Amino acid sequence: MQPVHLAWVDYTILIAYTFFVIGIGFALRKHLKSSSDFLTSGRSIPAWVTGLAFISANLGALEVVGMAASGAQYGVATAHFYWVGAIPAMLFLAVFMMPFYYGSKARSVPEYLNMRFDGRVRCFNSISFAIMTVFASGISMDALARMLTFLLPWKHEYNLGSHVFGSYDFYLVVCSAIVLVYVLKGGLTSAIYTEVLQFFMIVLGFTPVVWLGFKEVGGWDALKQKLSIVAQNPAALSLGDKAYSPDAWGHAWTPIIAGPAHNPMGVGVFPIVFGLGFVLSFGYWCTNFLVVQRAMAARNMGAARRTPLIAAVPKMLFPAIVILPGMIAVALAVIPGKDYRLPPVAISATAMSRAINDVKAATPDTAAAAEEKIKADVKLGMDPAKLTAIIQANSTSALSDDDLKVKLQDAVTDTYYNGVTLSLIERYCPAGLLGLALTALLASFMSGMAGNVTAFNTIWTYDLYQAYLAPGKSDRHYFVVGQSTTVVGIILSIFCAYFSSHYSNAMNVIQLVFGFVNAPLFATFLLGMFWARTTGTGAFIGLILGTCTSAVYHGFTIYTGGTPGLQGAYLWHMLGHAVPDACVLPSSMAQNFWLASFAFISCFIFTAGISLATARTKTNEELKGLVYSLTPKLKDDETHFLLRPAVLATILLVCCVILNIIFW
Amino acid sequence: MGLDIRWPIGLMFTLIGVLLVISGINGGASPRLPGVDIDLIWGIVLLIFGGAMLFGAISGKKQGPPK
Repeated sequence: MQPVHLAWVDYTILIAYTFFVIGIGFALRKHLKSSSDFLTSGRSIPAWVTGLAFISANLGALEVVGMAASGAQYGVATAHFYWVGAIPAMLFLAVFMMPFYYGSKARSVPEYLNMRFDGRVRCFNSISFAIMTVFASGISMDALARMLTFLLPWKHEYNLGSHVFGSYDFYLVVCSAIVLVYVLKGGLTSAIYTEVLQFFMIVLGFTPVVWLGFKEVGGWDALKQKLSIVAQNPAALSLGDKAYSPDAWGHAWTPIIAGPAHNPMGVGVFPIVFGLGFVLSFGYWCTNFLVVQRAMAARNMGAARRTPLIAAVPKMLFPAIVILPGMIAVALAVIPGKDYRLPPVAISATAMSRAINDVKAATPDTAAAAEEKIKADVKLGMDPAKLTAIIQANSTSALSDDDLKVKLQDAVTDTYYNGVTLSLIERYCPAGLLGLALTALLASFMSGMAGNVTAFNTIWTYDLYQAYLAPGKSDRHYFVVGQSTTVVGIILSIFCAYFSSHYSNAMNVIQLVFGFVNAPLFATFLLGMFWARTTGTGAFIGLILGTCTSAVYHGFTIYTGGTPGLQGAYLWHMLGHAVPDACVLPSSMAQNFWLASFAFISCFIFTAGISLATARTKTNEELKGLVYSLTPKLKDDETHFLLRPAVLATILLVCCVILNIIFW
Repeated sequence: MGLDIRWPIGLMFTLIGVLLVISGINGGASPRLPGVDIDLIWGIVLLIFGGAMLFGAISGKKQGPPK
């Protein structure tokens, strides 16, 4: 992939977008009077706005590029992350859980945990969540800064003493500053409003790209036909060395029901339905403050409950703009004459200069040894025929470094799946549309940062600072703390972005640890909300033991092709024992889904058991409004039958089932 | 909350719509599908969307904020 050429119209669109998001922050500035205006939007926003922000906060980060990558690797079955792994949980949140979150007047999810259980559970949840948000926002910004460094033609280089402030640093700081300005000026409301803008930007920016791709492939039937070619010989696109039945990429359920050996995800029905559809999905959508915060900002109970329902509509349809591009890309790659290949992994600058020297030092006689040396230097899969041709061509007449760079990059056989979206944007967008699509990509990364920073703000200010460090101060004090936390949060995110760009391995460890913490969380909420007998001690110890279960499960299992360590099985390694076959799972996705299932079950059993063994510390009266059986049944305020959350949720569930059947 | 979000959405997409239409009139076909003037088509779509948002904002202002 080459840096794109942007015309004046593309720049104008990028600048107009930046101008509007900052403008929203300034326009909202005069309405901020208290800490709750800044951190919880003063509970004043209509449902359609919080609903779209709810989905946009989740759509941010790496979802847009990541889901296209999965679409290419796994086909239609990727939609399970939406139709199984999101919709049911979102509907459950709206109908059953929102009344407690909103009705308890808690300002955050950890604060609810404090009301329901005690300070220990709150502290555990808020600290882990605060650290996680900062890292998540850092990852978004790192990805954004890398993308802009690669795409935009300007190269920045300023010498600051011994440190060179390059393009990456420049884009990282500028984009963070934009987010800082609009969050600082308008608080949570500003983040929510810009998320709505980002929602439309993403939908309207990607739709034409997908439409053009769909048109070029020749429609749905042609796409399915090409996908069956991919399924029967995925090795041709370096999508693994196994062959599958023709429907493995084009159907959602048939290959899953056939069993883990018959689909590229390597999972069966149970891990999809229980691991993804129940544990991971409910754990994310019903307990993650990043999304729940959007619903809590709604103007009344009805609006709060309608927030996830409104969000469910676009969520159900998103596979069409985020997964389909990946499927279009693999289909194009197998159509002869389309001149499209999946983007290869880029060779890093240092590896490239070594490889160029290797080619220059080689002669046709030493070609075989030189090829091995190039492969070792580049550390990527290389096409031997292409390497031989390069060495041959260079020894006949010396090639320029630039020529060698292009040819060597072209010889890489490893695919950079996250580059699929960009490769399609590049392929289809003329000037104008290019600006729109790139702005949409920029929007998705920035909303990832803003969403996490606003959630971090609230958790720090209310759940850690006010609760433990400085209780009982004036509202003005917490307002100022909230604003300063925004600045601190952004600075921490920048540090995390650098950290993730320098220590990608350490980053993987951190994400792994958060996976361990999150997996059992839903069991705590489920028991807390629906069983009055659950005690604070039960919840706290259950949560910690659930987290330990995740870590132990991970330590004893690994997926096919994984190396012991970060990818699991480190405990076998420490015990000096080879990994038994029974502990090898077909894919990392299967490992993840099973891990979540075990963590949930263990947290559930421990929480329930310890609760029965310990005395209750809260009376029924104290738990009113926090536990289902002790709360008077909510009377829906909507006059129209169809607007009632339970009715709306049922309709949406039926639509979701129909989608599953259509793509069965 | 002070600002009707439909104003900035409507204004921004109307502006982008105008830019795309101009770029479409000057030949905005997709590099791979030369027959489709995608800039013009999508510019019109964005103008309709932006216009609808602005219309909503204007009529909402007359009637008070939507419930």
